[in-house]
Amino acid sequence: MYFETFDAFLAMGKHGLYVWTAYGIGALVLALNVAVPILNKRKVLAKQQARLRRERARAESQ
Amino acid sequence: MWTWFHKLSSPKWFYQISGRWLPWIAIAAGVFLAAGLVLGLAYAPADYQQGNSFRIMYIHVPSAILAQSCYMMMAVAGGVVLIWRIKLAEMVLKCIAPFGASITFLALITGGIWGYPTWGTWWVWDARGTSMLILLFLYFGVIALQSAISSTTGAARAGALLALVGLVNIPIIKYSVEWWNTLHQPATFTLTEKPAMPVEMWLPLLIMVLAFYLIFGTVLMMRLRNEILEREYKTNWVRKLVEASAENQSEKGA
Repeated sequence: MYFETFDAFLAMGKHGLYVWTAYGIGALVLALNVAVPILNKRKVLAKQQARLRRERARAESQ
Repeated sequence: MWTWFHKLSSPKWFYQISGRWLPWIAIAAGVFLAAGLVLGLAYAPADYQQGNSFRIMYIHVPSAILAQSCYMMMAVAGGVVLIWRIKLAEMVLKCIAPFGASITFLALITGGIWGYPTWGTWWVWDARGTSMLILLFLYFGVIALQSAISSTTGAARAGALLALVGLVNIPIIKYSVEWWNTLHQPATFTLTEKPAMPVEMWLPLLIMVLAFYLIFGTVLMMRLRNEILEREYKTNWVRKLVEASAENQSEKGA
């Protein structure tokens, strides 16, 4: 462990603000990249399920 | 070799094999990311000149490397689209672009945040920064073409063309620190030489680079799988899959 105390770890010398901002933005960018396709999968499946239902209903009515 | 090529380019085959790989790649990405963060943030010694601001390197360098590799992969997919007209390559081209743009943005912004306390400025119009900014706009161009052209094949071909033309920018990024006088420091890592920094400093970087590639692999697979469900609806196997997912949901709901 390089830092002696947890406060020193948070302070990062004089560079705490810069280091943590950079890592915060990095975490945000990566998290969004992972979250978007996960949420999208539900949307795509729901859309295709509805499409399949519509087609079946149409086939039955004919 | 050609049968292998055709099998690999079949959306059905890709969907099945990626379903098996995805959890493992995602787990590996998480493990590497956690290890890289702990080692890079807490165990690596501070730089004797830059102090702790150098720790931004552990995001900046992997994202900058990945921004360029993503672009090259996108251009290769573009070449495949134009020559062999393979549907899966069209999807790869479309799915890489948003990730590439976001990671290029990350490289640029972390560069600025690192630059300010270290060299006293957020941004200079030097060759490295400018060519990376051009890379970001190339990604935006490919994304814009995908949404602007309604025919998916047409959009993919236009995107492929732009991706291939923009490939000129990649060597410019790479050699920008050698060809021009610049504020940006030369590469920290080369494949041929021993790194100049101690192992506690470069090992976290190596781990973070791998973590970023694994995250990219995870995201690309997830995006491609959605794209396949979207575009291959007419095939029997996707219909069966959609049907099965509907049954699954109704069971859970009941």
